[in-house]
Amino acid sequence: MDKTIRFKLNGKEVRVETSPERMLLWVLRADLGHTGTKYGCGEGFCGACTVLVDNRPTFSCQFPLAKAEGKEVLTIEGLASGGRLHPLQQAFADHGALQCGYCTPGMILQAYALLRRKPQPTDAEIADALEGNVCRCGSYNRIIEAVRTAAKAMKGARP
Amino acid sequence: MTRIKDGNDDYTMFGPDGSNSGTALERREFLKLAGGGLVVFFAVGDGLARQEGARGGGYPDDPNAYLKVGPDGRVTCFTGKIEMGQGIITSLAMMLADELDVRLEAVDMVMGDTDLCPYDAGTFGSRSTKYFGPPMRQAAAEARGILMRLASERLGPPVEELATKDGMIYIAEAPANRVSYEALVGGKKIEVRLDKKPPIKHFSKHAVSGKPTLRTDARAKVTGEAKFSGDIRLPGMLYAAILRPPAHGATLKSADTAAAGKVPGARVVRDGDLVAVLHEKPDIAAEALGLVEAHFEPSDSKLDNATIFAHLKKTAPRAETVVEAGSLDEGAKLAAKTVERSYFAHYVAHAPSEPHTAVVRIEGDRATVWASTQSPFRAQTEVAQTLGLPTANVRVITPFVGCGFGGKNQGGQIVEAARLAKLTGKPVQVAWTRKEEFFNDTFRPAAVYDVRSGLDAENRIVLWDYKNYHAGSRSSQPVYDIPHKRVRSFGGGFGGGSAGGAVPAHPFGTGAWRGPGSNTNIFATESHIDILAEAAGLSPLEFRLKNLADARMKKVLTAAADKFGRTFAKAPTGRGYGIAITDYLGTYVAAMAEVEVDKEKGAVRAVRVVCAQDTGEVINPEGARMQIEGCITMGLGYCLTEEIRFKDGRVLDENFDTYEIPRFSWLPKIEVVLVDNPDMAPQGCGEPAVTVMGAVIANAIYDAIGVRLFTLPMTPARIKEALAKS
Repeated sequence: MDKTIRFKLNGKEVRVETSPERMLLWVLRADLGHTGTKYGCGEGFCGACTVLVDNRPTFSCQFPLAKAEGKEVLTIEGLASGGRLHPLQQAFADHGALQCGYCTPGMILQAYALLRRKPQPTDAEIADALEGNVCRCGSYNRIIEAVRTAAKAMKGARP
Repeated sequence: MTRIKDGNDDYTMFGPDGSNSGTALERREFLKLAGGGLVVFFAVGDGLARQEGARGGGYPDDPNAYLKVGPDGRVTCFTGKIEMGQGIITSLAMMLADELDVRLEAVDMVMGDTDLCPYDAGTFGSRSTKYFGPPMRQAAAEARGILMRLASERLGPPVEELATKDGMIYIAEAPANRVSYEALVGGKKIEVRLDKKPPIKHFSKHAVSGKPTLRTDARAKVTGEAKFSGDIRLPGMLYAAILRPPAHGATLKSADTAAAGKVPGARVVRDGDLVAVLHEKPDIAAEALGLVEAHFEPSDSKLDNATIFAHLKKTAPRAETVVEAGSLDEGAKLAAKTVERSYFAHYVAHAPSEPHTAVVRIEGDRATVWASTQSPFRAQTEVAQTLGLPTANVRVITPFVGCGFGGKNQGGQIVEAARLAKLTGKPVQVAWTRKEEFFNDTFRPAAVYDVRSGLDAENRIVLWDYKNYHAGSRSSQPVYDIPHKRVRSFGGGFGGGSAGGAVPAHPFGTGAWRGPGSNTNIFATESHIDILAEAAGLSPLEFRLKNLADARMKKVLTAAADKFGRTFAKAPTGRGYGIAITDYLGTYVAAMAEVEVDKEKGAVRAVRVVCAQDTGEVINPEGARMQIEGCITMGLGYCLTEEIRFKDGRVLDENFDTYEIPRFSWLPKIEVVLVDNPDMAPQGCGEPAVTVMGAVIANAIYDAIGVRLFTLPMTPARIKEALAKS
């Protein structure tokens, strides 16, 4: 049965009328046109669909829309502001921390969540936090450098 | 950055910032801009006609096929190659910028668009820079030559007294006297003939190439703006969910689609074996497909991972002799010691980040396709055949592709989308699920390798008798100086090897997998070389240097050893060091690795990998490093865990829970040494370093625990089994 679900998407109120059992990933991509969030595995094993729900990293392929009601959802489209890249986005670009770029949105949002929890993580903590996000191109070494650089650039501020 | 719009027909141009969405232009406006008279018409010699779509005839001679100088001075490069992460969106633009003397930021890339780009067989085999680069450079040199001629008429002095920089032509002695490319183009159609082809620049004159350059598509990819095929949205588009058999070889007996058809908005389509449910929401289509009650005849296949190797030897076709020199009998006579061993490699999945995806729209007698493909022109032909249209009526547009590794040479999803678009009369998107990706993939073939070898009293390799079954012949020739040798390849098809065989060898599709043939041939060859080194009582490094005649290879190996260090602890120590080298289609690679092995768990951790590579002239050192680092990281997967488990036609691995690919916790310290060799034309870089990984890790494991693994992947279970037997 369709229901009206309201939540904040990248700071803006949105209203969707659809089945609340549908996964957030598909609502973002097909209903709301936010295609930056990617499908990778559909079962929570790859992290390509990572978004933030009330600042918690969330695999949107496993997250029913009903649970988003009244919450704040942040996707990759909401990270840059006024044409300025977020320090994490800038650091990913500056370190060449991506190749095909398909896992990149999920990777950046997972790192964003980490820096909120822990503004100055060690390399081991970065690797640990991102373990659920896979990069088939193998950019892991550069992603760790990028997150380290972004943390430094933000000088301990939480994103 | 620009997007061209023709009705709903998005034409994608990758801007200098890599973005492939943005300002929309009418397509006719673009064509005017690109080819309709606002640009210089280059003609060389007899004025060769534009050889658009010259299939099978190599790349065209006409420079217009490769580039346009627009009235705004921007340069557009047209290539049938596609961008899937390997970074040619940057490096090809760098090559063009150098040859034409424009800033890298002034170059736009149009990639993999069959309407606009010169025909290309596909993006595979590390061939883009090596084979597309030279004719594109030549085209740019001609374009620059023509612009110089026009400038000479405008400025007065002869061409010899002019110079070019950043899209400007100026009098060398009086740089203030100058004219821009766009001023020369001046909105006119100008036909100019050059009597002879201008030479391309010597590498020492390059201002852009050779300098580490960040990816030009990074901004689009970190903002989520980069469009992949699954991100294409068309009015009225339906997403398809397709019924799959439970096993390869299982045939559909019956399908009851009544319940699926009752899902509001769902549309069921049946055409022979193709049963699909379509919906305007992809997840609802998938859910409705789950309501289909289907029955299949079971597969005839009785193969599994335990029986496959014997089957492969039994079904091998006749051999192709790859190389034969001296006499094996003579080699055997000279041999003081002989070593005979067999090696095995299991099936491996491509597991691209982005599963195979395609969108097809049919309008009248024309079709437009957006697809994640490494072979847009092949897709064009396949769609034309499927729809009964002339090839020219099908346009394939290739957005960004999320990994390929050879798996997207095949485009089953494209044909499926074309059939469904025709059957429904709507634009259709087919995006394989991860499970479908694991089922429909064309796996790296499982293969067997038999090696017989001999050392003379001076520890020189004098005998090498190598046979492989279904691996392919690429990199099967030893790089060592061996007087009596024979290499035979029984079957393969990808990366060489004889074709055919009466009985189908594999229970499912197989195909090229990054460094096809090579990555397992090198596992067998370079593992075997280590066994010989031990038999000779020499270190793996000394033994290799002693048996190599190729100075370039020695240099690369020495560069790796200089970086890594040369002291090898005696096995078994718990930590181990390994070496492996290869010549991959002209790119030389030497890798050295350190591993730790937990004997209780059988777990291997790569601690450090050093990779030295000679790729000839390096266009983008940063891009080359990224490719090598990626090869090393990805390669650990087929070394240690990646193996497709299957039984009776079923593929048992369906997702990344059981099919483990490298993650952050696997990451070794990686050090890359680019061996300087700019006098050699650029070679390939996307695959070479992945091919040494099996052997370098196997050799390091042996050094660590004194036990050799003969089968890829070297899983904890296999390591524990090998330890128990030792």
